[in-house]
Order: sequence, then structure tokens, then C-alpha cells
Amino acid sequence: MVLFFIASGLSLIFGVTRVVNFAHGSFYMLAAYLAYTLAAALPLGGASFYVAVALAALAVGALGTVVEVGLLRRVYRAPELYQLLLTFALVLVVSDVVKLVWGSENKTGPSAPGLGGAVRIAGQLVPTYDLALIALGPCVAAALWWLLYRTRWGVLIRAATLDREMVALLGVDQARLFTGVFALGSLLAGLAGALQVPRQALTTVMDAAIITEAFVVVVVGGMGSVPGALLAAVVIGVIDAFGVLVLPRASLVLTFVVMAVVLVVRPWGLLGRPEAQARSAGGAITAGRGVGVPRWLIAVLVAVLLVVPPLLPTFYVWVLVEILAFALFAASLHLLMGTGGMVSFGHAAAFGLGAYGAALLVRWAKAPMLVALAAAPVTAALAAVVIGFFCVRLSSIYFAMLTLAFAQIAYAIVHQWYDVTGGDNGLLGIWPAPWLASPVRYYYLALAACGAGLAALAAIGRAPFGLTLRAARDHARRAEAVGIDVHAHQWRAFVVAGFFGGLAGGTFVFLKGSVFPESLAVPVSVEPLVMVLLGGVHSLAGAPLGAALYKLLDTVVTRYTEYWQLVLGVILVALVLVFPRGILGVLGARERG
Amino acid sequence: MSARRAVAALAAAVTLVAAAPCAAQAPIRIGEINSFSGIGAPFTGPYRQAIEMAVEEVNARGGVLGRKVEVLFRDDKGQPAEAVKHAQELVASEKVSLISGTFLSNVGLAVSDWAKQNRTLFVAAEPLTEAITWAKGHDHVFRVRPNTYEQGRMLAEKAGKLKYVKWATIGPNYEYGKRAWETFRDRLKELKPDVQVVGEHWPTLGKLEAGPFVTAILNQNPDALYVSLFGSDWIAFVREAKKRGLFDKTFVVGILLGEPEYIDPLGLEAPEGMLVTGYPWYDIGAPPHKDFVARFTKKYDKNPVLGSLVGYVTYLSIFEAIRKAGSTDTDKLVAAFRGLRVETPIGPISYRASDGQSTMGAWVGTTKLDARRGVGIMVNHEYVPGEKVLPSDDDVKKLRSGN
Repeated sequence: MVLFFIASGLSLIFGVTRVVNFAHGSFYMLAAYLAYTLAAALPLGGASFYVAVALAALAVGALGTVVEVGLLRRVYRAPELYQLLLTFALVLVVSDVVKLVWGSENKTGPSAPGLGGAVRIAGQLVPTYDLALIALGPCVAAALWWLLYRTRWGVLIRAATLDREMVALLGVDQARLFTGVFALGSLLAGLAGALQVPRQALTTVMDAAIITEAFVVVVVGGMGSVPGALLAAVVIGVIDAFGVLVLPRASLVLTFVVMAVVLVVRPWGLLGRPEAQARSAGGAITAGRGVGVPRWLIAVLVAVLLVVPPLLPTFYVWVLVEILAFALFAASLHLLMGTGGMVSFGHAAAFGLGAYGAALLVRWAKAPMLVALAAAPVTAALAAVVIGFFCVRLSSIYFAMLTLAFAQIAYAIVHQWYDVTGGDNGLLGIWPAPWLASPVRYYYLALAACGAGLAALAAIGRAPFGLTLRAARDHARRAEAVGIDVHAHQWRAFVVAGFFGGLAGGTFVFLKGSVFPESLAVPVSVEPLVMVLLGGVHSLAGAPLGAALYKLLDTVVTRYTEYWQLVLGVILVALVLVFPRGILGVLGARERG
Repeated sequence: MSARRAVAALAAAVTLVAAAPCAAQAPIRIGEINSFSGIGAPFTGPYRQAIEMAVEEVNARGGVLGRKVEVLFRDDKGQPAEAVKHAQELVASEKVSLISGTFLSNVGLAVSDWAKQNRTLFVAAEPLTEAITWAKGHDHVFRVRPNTYEQGRMLAEKAGKLKYVKWATIGPNYEYGKRAWETFRDRLKELKPDVQVVGEHWPTLGKLEAGPFVTAILNQNPDALYVSLFGSDWIAFVREAKKRGLFDKTFVVGILLGEPEYIDPLGLEAPEGMLVTGYPWYDIGAPPHKDFVARFTKKYDKNPVLGSLVGYVTYLSIFEAIRKAGSTDTDKLVAAFRGLRVETPIGPISYRASDGQSTMGAWVGTTKLDARRGVGIMVNHEYVPGEKVLPSDDDVKKLRSGN
């Protein structure tokens, strides 16, 4: 039921504002900690816990309002995904704030007074608190139903979920509507967090643990649908609880497999509706003119990259290799999300499978390093053929979540297949051949591989294939009307992106000498997303720029402060506010005047 | 971390910077990589504090080899690739003499492999996987804490003397959980051949939905349960298990669960009567240890946890190795670590020449509530030194032959 509270809030927010709110889990965590402190501080005896829950939820709802008005509202005009970047920055900030205020030790909150026991049902003891939550779920659902179906505000929300532009045309004040929805959604996240206190430990990682699960529930239920969220929360809750008992090895992915199946069968979730074709432009990326990078600048850059590294201290050569790998990785994602308008939350699959493809060849076939490196993009591309086949038939957030599901499935396989992949202890000793082992030499290999990859991606973007993809992005129906097979093109783009993502992964694995399931995990999918957005989603050059900027920031900040998340988060917020369309996006707009 | 501690850390940093020019020679630099954010944080925070204390103390006495010691801390964020990046940076740019730390086993293995490739000394403080010193062991890695195998064996030696026949287990679904169980089970079966296993449960690390697991375990009706959960999973499990009466019916053996990191957050909800490995800092009478506790408590205004002890012992070992080597040259340090004997607050330990594993042991005891402090403690505990449970040098050779 806790899952329902958090998911219904997330669903409402996305349904109306289209904000992919990564910070929803952070609000949940914050409320849990607030309730923990308040329950101990309030002098109300047994009632203090319940008052604390209410206060924590309200406080987080208020915080949501502040965030919406103070930050998100400033970037509504930018492509929608920039709000995602903001919420990602908030995740970092909240995480360190919690650590600063409450410390990093695990905490055990109070039990709920009066509900600490258990009752015997069908021979099993069931905790009364769980029963109370089960009862509370439908109550909250009913309250939401009343709000959405019996008040004018609710009518507006439902209308905005279906067709936001039409609501705006009818003269409804969108800003107030968005603020209200965001506050309500945050309040629900806060309620979920506060109610979790008697059941679970408070940790500084509870945000990450809940957020993907919440997204799964939202998508399975259907975006913007509260009854859907309720149904999905029950389904996922049952699977979480009992599925692992039946299929223990699949426990990592069971929910994702279910989500994948649901999305393949019902692309809009269980109770969602097909999205209306947007009027202005397709998907999340509005059609913007790419910023051309002048040829002379590219020439200078290439010259610098060729000449300077031998003069640099060794560590910076290594950092450059990492930047090159991520530049290519981000650029391959750009082909999907910038050119193709398909935002992937699972691009780590390409990176990680490429890395594992190379590493497994070295480990089991004793393949020479260059052969293994060449195998990396092939492995990833083959996987992309399969994954893409299912994914390209979906659109927007459903596409994103299905890619995430496949990435998680790949993660689980790698994590559990000890005999082949080494499981969570990974594969070690994947080093470059001796003649390439010196950092500068390996750098030149990486430069050649990633440079070629970037050049190829640039060429693809300008080729008829790239232009066709753009047409499909900006208006899928019109593209179809002129005889373009949209899905086939998108599928091909998915495979190409997988290929180059895999090459990036292969380059990375020989830099680090080892590979672990983490290379397929969610953060690796989020990083290139952040990079592309930071650099500017409208231009391929934004991806390498964003990669370089993000990696350098991260390297420098982590080095100088224990609270790198706080510093990095604040810098990201500032960057988004100053460059609401990414750095190249804003520079390009200025250039054009 | 509280604001006060942040200020203290800042003050310490300022002092370090201010003191640096006064040193006659360039300081000895040591790179410390650990999971200071994320799931390792409850352990690594106090770990870091103890290191800072050890460094402060040694510098107050004039440093090592007449040189000040300086530690550069880096957060690996729980990511192996991130840890390798820090290792590259610390060695190439900061010119550290050696690398220490790591919490998660896979991060430890990644850094260890990097150290092997780059001929850098790596002192693994906390990762518990056996592979670090055995299957993936090499000349340049040493490990401080007793590994999963040792702790599993310690518990099995005790559990083998008990009457329980039907056993079940629950642990996180990764290498640590599996090996913690396998080493325990194998030794238990040697000691007590009639032992039966009635259930094995492997929930996802950090995402335990405890209720159904407790019910499933109750339905299997074991005499005893072996638990390798920890952190937030363990807390969630305790809450659900208490409500459903599991602890009344089933004897519980818990690896690591007597460590203050894991038992303190439970407060008075900690289950009594469990057989655990842990660290009863409140009850170790040796004067050097009492002194260590007093200094730590005075400096940080809180109790030490096992992470503090491990951090302190790790750095005492590093200082001792540098003294023995008479230099910070890697080859000499590696040679010095082989068979190195170190006086620690819990008595002398040594680093085995065969595999680089230290002989630091662990305490095995039974849990009980301490109403005065409002937390669970260990009673009837016994310190089991590493020598008692580690395999012989010949067996180690076999374990390491795969490399």
C-alpha cells in the first residue's frame, strides 16, 4: 500500500505536468526522516506518531510546492526533459542533506502506538499495522477519486492529463494547476515515507530503493491513472512478496519482467489510455534547430586531442579516456533521444553488454584484446536487435520504461550467472595488451575508436537515415503518411545506438581492467541522459560536451569534498537554470538572436 | 554527520594544511578509497573517524620515519569503476605510497586487480570476500578483517555443539550471503552429520519485503535459522519476525549481527539469545583497548563501532609496515607486510606470509538486552583469533593456484 501512495503521487505529477520526477523518492525519504524526528520530539504520547506522520507529509507537500514554484516553473518552456535533469540534481542534494542532518547510521523508528501487535488470520500471524495500511489504501484511493471526479479541480486535472494544450487553450491557469498537482503528489510521497517508518529501517539509500519500483507501478498501472496505480501496486506488491519465494534466482527482476510483459501486451499500462498525438511536436523533444559546430573548431579540438595528452600528467590521460568513452556513450544515446525522440532509461544495457562481451571473450576464449574490443559493439548491437524489436513499438515514457526493464533483466542475468559472468564479483584482469598498456598508447586507441564512433554518428545524423528519424520524431503520423516505415527506422536506430554504446563499454572495460554488474545498473543509464541534456539535446556536439563537463565536474568535486552530491547537485541546478536548453541549446539560440 | 562533526573535520583539515609546511620532510601520503556514501556509510563514517584519530596520534608523536602522515580520502560511491579511477588518481597525481580501504567486496576486488596490474600496494580493510586473498589473491594485496569463511567457521564451531538439527537460512542474494552460508553449513555438517537444511531464502540486497519471508520460514518449521542479512534488511526482518513470533520458536545464528553497526540501530528491539559474531567494545577489558575506546569517545562524543576498530587497526598496520620497511618503496613495503606483527588495542595480530590475510579475529557470543544503554549487547563472548579458523598454508597454496 505504501507503494500505492508513492506511485499515485508520481503518476499524478507525470500525468499532468509530464515531469519525470526522479526526486519523488527523495521526498519519500525526507518525510520518513522528518516523521522519525517529529515522533520523538512531540510531547503527545501515543498520538505523537500519528501527528508526526501528518506533519511530515504536509511538510514535504509544502517542499514540493516550493520546488515547483522556485525551480521547475522556470524551465517549463525548455524541452520537458530538462525538468528531469533538475529533479536528478535534487536527488543528489536531498541525499547529502539527509546525511548532514541525520547522519549515515541506519535508524529504527518507533512502532505505531496501538498497532504494534499481530492478529491470527488463517493460522498465520499478520501484523495489525499492515492491516491498517491495507485499509488505509482504499481510503486514500477513494479520497483521490472524489478529488478527481467530484471537484472542478479534479476535472481540470483529468482534462490536463488527456490533453494539456487544449486545457491551456480554454484559459485554465496552467501554472496554478501544475503547482497544485505537484504539491499533492509530493504530499502523497511524504505520506508513503512517513508511514513506512514503523516497518523499515531509515537509511540514506531508501530513495534509490523505492524510486524505480514506484516508476514500475506507475507504468504498469498506466500513467496518470490512480486506479491503475492501485491495481499495479497490489500486483507488484504480491509479486515482490511471494514471487521471490517461488523463483528466488529471479528476485532481482521479477517486477521488471512483469512490467515488460504488461507493456508488450498493453503498451499503455493496465488502466492507462493511448496518448493523444501531440500537436506541436512528437515526444519529449521539441523540434529545435541543431547548433552547428564550426569545422575549424572541430579541427582545433582534434589537433589538441592528438598533441596534448603525452604532455599531460598520467591521471588526466586516464580521465580523458573515460571522457572519450562517455562522450561516445552519450552520443549514441543522443541518436535515440535527440535525433529519434526516443528517450531511453536503459541505455546501460548497451554499455554493459558491450563491456561484458569483450570481457567474456578475454576470460573464456583468451581472445586477443583488439578482437575482444571489436566484439563489444557487436554483442551490444545483437542485444539491441532483440530489445529494440519490442521497445520501438511503444512511445514516450512507456518506451523509456521498457528499455529500463530490459536493462534490469540483463543486469539480473549477469548478476546471477556466477559460472559464466562471475556474478557480483565480476570479471577481473581485463587489461589492454602489453604494447597498449601505457596510458598514452591506450589513450590513442580510445581516441581512434571513440573518434571514429563520433564521426560515424555525426554522419548518420546528417544522412537521409538521420533526417528520416527526425521526421518520425517530429510527426510520426505525417512521416508514415509519406511512406516511411517509422518503426523499422526506429528499430535500426536502436541497433546503431546499441552498437556504439557497446563500443564505449568495450573501451571502458580495458581502462578499468574489470567489469561488474554495476555497469548495467540504473545509474549508468542515467549518466548519459544527464550528459546529453547538460550539453544540449538538439545537437550531437552537446553529448560529448556534456560528457566532458559532467565527468570533469564529478572528478574535481569528488576529490575536494566529502559532500560531493550536495555540491554537484547545486551546480547542476544552477546550470539548468542558466542554460535551460543545455549549454549548446542556449548558446545556439543566442547566436541566432 | 552532524554540523559539529563537520566543523571538527574542517578544523582538522585546516590544521593539517597549516601543519604541512612545518614538517621537515614531505609527508607520507596514503590513499584511502571507501564507500563513504550509500549502503556502506554506517560502517565507513566511524571507520574514517578512527583513521583520522590514528593519523593525528601518530603525527603528534612525530609521524612515521620522522615524516608526517597524510591520508587522502576518496568516495567510491559503491562503484568499482569509480574506485579504480580514484586509485589511478591517487597513485598518478597524488603520489600516494599505497592504497587502503574499500567496503564492498566487488569494489575491493576491482581495486585489488588494479593494484596487481600496476604493482601498487593495496591494504583491503573491510571487504569480506575470500577471493581477495585466495582465488584472486596476489603479492600486492593484504586484508585486515576476518573474511566470510573465518566468521562462518567460528559460528559453526559453536553451533555444532547445540542440539538443533533442522536448519534454514536467509541472506542477501550475492556472493557474501551465499558464501557466509556455505562455509557455515559445510563445517556444521562435518561436526554434526545429521543436520538437515529445510529452506534457503535469498532476497534482494537492500529491498527485503520481510513479512512473506518470515511466514515462509515459519512454515518450514526449522529448529534454527542462519541469518546473513545486515543493515536495513536486518532491521526490517527483525520487526516482521517479532510480530510473527519467529524468535520465540527458532534459534537464530547471525553472522556480523553483534556488531554495533547492526545491533545498535535496533535499540531495545534487538532479539535476545542469538549466536552472533560481533564486537563487544563495552566489555573488552584489556587496558590498551579501554584506552582506545576512551580516546575515541572523547574525540567524537560517541561509542566506537567495529568500523572504528578496523580503521584504527588498518592504519596501525600501515604505520608499522612503513617503519619495518624503513621506506615507502612499494617492494620494501610488500616485503615488510609479509609476516608483519602489529600491536593493536585488541592485542598482537600478524599478516600471514602465505596469503596476506591478517590474523585479526572476531568475537562470538550471545545477544542480550542492556536496559541501561537501551541497546542489545553480546554476553558470554569469546575472542576467536584468525589462526584458529584459517586454512593452513598448504591449503592456501591450493586456493591461490588458480591465478
